[in-house]
Amino acid sequence: MSTGASSGGPVNRRHFLRQGARTAALAGGGVLLGLLVGRTSARGTVWQIDPQKCVRCGNCATSCVLKQSAVKCVHAFSMCGYCQLCTGYFEPAPNDLNTGAENCQCPTAAIRRTYVEDPYYEYTIDERLCIGCAKCVEGCNQFGNGSLFLQIRHDRCLNCNECAIAKVCAGDAFRRVPVNQPYLLKAISH
Amino acid sequence: MTTPGPRAAYWEYVDSLVLATALGTALWLIYTRRSRRGLIALSIFSLIYFGFYRKGCICSIGSVQNLAMALFDNGYAAPVSAIAFFALPVAVALFSGRAFCSGVCPHGALQDLILVKPLKVPTWLEQGLSVLPFIYLGAGVLFAATGTTFIICQYDPFVPIFRMSGRTFMVLSGVALLVLGMFVGRPYCRFLCPFGAILKLAGTVSARRVRVTPDLCTQCRLCEASCPFGAMRTPETGRPAPRDLPSERRQLTLALMVTPLLIFAGAWGGLKFSPTAAMLHPSVNLAHEFLANQGKPAPTGALSPADLELQRARQNPRETLVASAKVQHRFDMGTTLFGAWIGLVIGAKWISLRLRRTRTDYEPDRGDCVACARCFDYCPNELVRRGVISPVKEPATTTL
Ligand code: SF4
Ligand code: SF4
Ligand code: SF4
Ligand code: SF4
Repeated sequence: MSTGASSGGPVNRRHFLRQGARTAALAGGGVLLGLLVGRTSARGTVWQIDPQKCVRCGNCATSCVLKQSAVKCVHAFSMCGYCQLCTGYFEPAPNDLNTGAENCQCPTAAIRRTYVEDPYYEYTIDERLCIGCAKCVEGCNQFGNGSLFLQIRHDRCLNCNECAIAKVCAGDAFRRVPVNQPYLLKAISH
Repeated sequence: MTTPGPRAAYWEYVDSLVLATALGTALWLIYTRRSRRGLIALSIFSLIYFGFYRKGCICSIGSVQNLAMALFDNGYAAPVSAIAFFALPVAVALFSGRAFCSGVCPHGALQDLILVKPLKVPTWLEQGLSVLPFIYLGAGVLFAATGTTFIICQYDPFVPIFRMSGRTFMVLSGVALLVLGMFVGRPYCRFLCPFGAILKLAGTVSARRVRVTPDLCTQCRLCEASCPFGAMRTPETGRPAPRDLPSERRQLTLALMVTPLLIFAGAWGGLKFSPTAAMLHPSVNLAHEFLANQGKPAPTGALSPADLELQRARQNPRETLVASAKVQHRFDMGTTLFGAWIGLVIGAKWISLRLRRTRTDYEPDRGDCVACARCFDYCPNELVRRGVISPVKEPATTTL
């Protein structure tokens, strides 16, 4: 029966060893922290897609940890040609230039096509429906102006410690960007 | 086009502050209040805040990878929160044991709260499995330092539960661990958690320790089987019977001599393993695909992600190969060290099993105890302290 600390030799020796190890750990940890703090990013970062590197592989729709991906298509209106035959909107060789699902690229009908004036049409993305599959982006990049592109939406993204899509992105397009510039846009627009 | 901003940067500091406060509260509950009930409340808070609200990201368990990557990759800077989430719990553990595990870690809290009927894990199995966290830690550091992937995050069983979303395999393994955790106390903490491994080492040398009894251990043995996590230790004399002395000495010498061999064997095996491990790195993988498909015509029609990646390599063959060679070189170094680490871990475990300790009381192991405060309730002295029972006058004649 004892309270531990007051007994004889081995306990004291162990106490001493423990203290030594603790001091060593603290010193080592201090050096490590010094090294790290020197190059820490006080700002913090978030994940984003570089639209110039994206090759529209389709992984964005399927690899995010969220069941509906945090990646969505955005539209740089200032780059858009307002084409009547939008290759982002229509399937290649559509039956008809109307909103019928069989004619459209988008699997979830997330793109709205509205008449502006002959022969111009405006295309807007319904972000609630977009799943980030990049089908329209591919179409727009192949034959159009490339005004449709993918971005991680930060209202949805959990900013995972390591983005699950980044590891499988065929274009190696993901990177950490400073939190105060969270988007990599193709053009400045409203 | 709408561009909603990310969670503001100051939240990093808020998270770190919540962590520091929770750690302080845990210390107070363990050592001053000695209150299991308080720790349950803290666990529920942590589970809700760090788990379901912050969705398990950022977390201490994964932070070691951020640190490893920041040390070896000049292009990457660890965020403030990652450093705080790593350093604070370790610093606390160095002085006062695993207060972080007691009720701050959402993973620990989740497993602690669902425990219904703990079964005892056989000692040989417990000892054997307890080297896994150290190996997992080594693997996590290896793959983070080489910039490959954060395996500790990728294979985290509970984060998919916090997010209520994730890869099917990980959701299933999370559920499986939870079911297991109803009967085996904290299976992830004891047999997998890499941060737990660090805290265990820190706890082993801690200044203050968790004690079952508030004052004197009367050797009543009531707490002997109280710990659901296999952390309770019984008194030991530290001296073997004279007859066993030579054989025990021999066994210890053997362990001491074999350990360096284990380390060398590990390093050798690690180097052999390097090309395989490096294939997990996207650059190395791509270079391999590129070389394997050289001379074949480019695919036409609808391209798969793999085809598109290959196309990227074909546009830049030199760059692809150089990047891959660089990573491979790092892996040669990394896997050698990792192999040596595995050897060291196994050797150290072996040696520790051969060492004799002097222990006069029933007390929790400094490293294994997660400071859950369950065993306190078993101690009659503790019950006296709380006024649940009144102290019994000892009979005047004590028999020896
Ligand atoms: S960081 Fe996470 S939530 Fe955000 S896009 Fe990547 S996988 Fe999805
Ligand atoms: S994973 Fe990469 S290449 Fe594929 S669609 Fe997303 S950003 Fe583009
Ligand atoms: S051992 Fe790991 S998972 Fe368990 S409470 Fe500690 S840090 Fe959390
Ligand atoms: S406080 Fe007691 S019951 Fe809880 S882990 Fe430590 S030794 Fe086990």
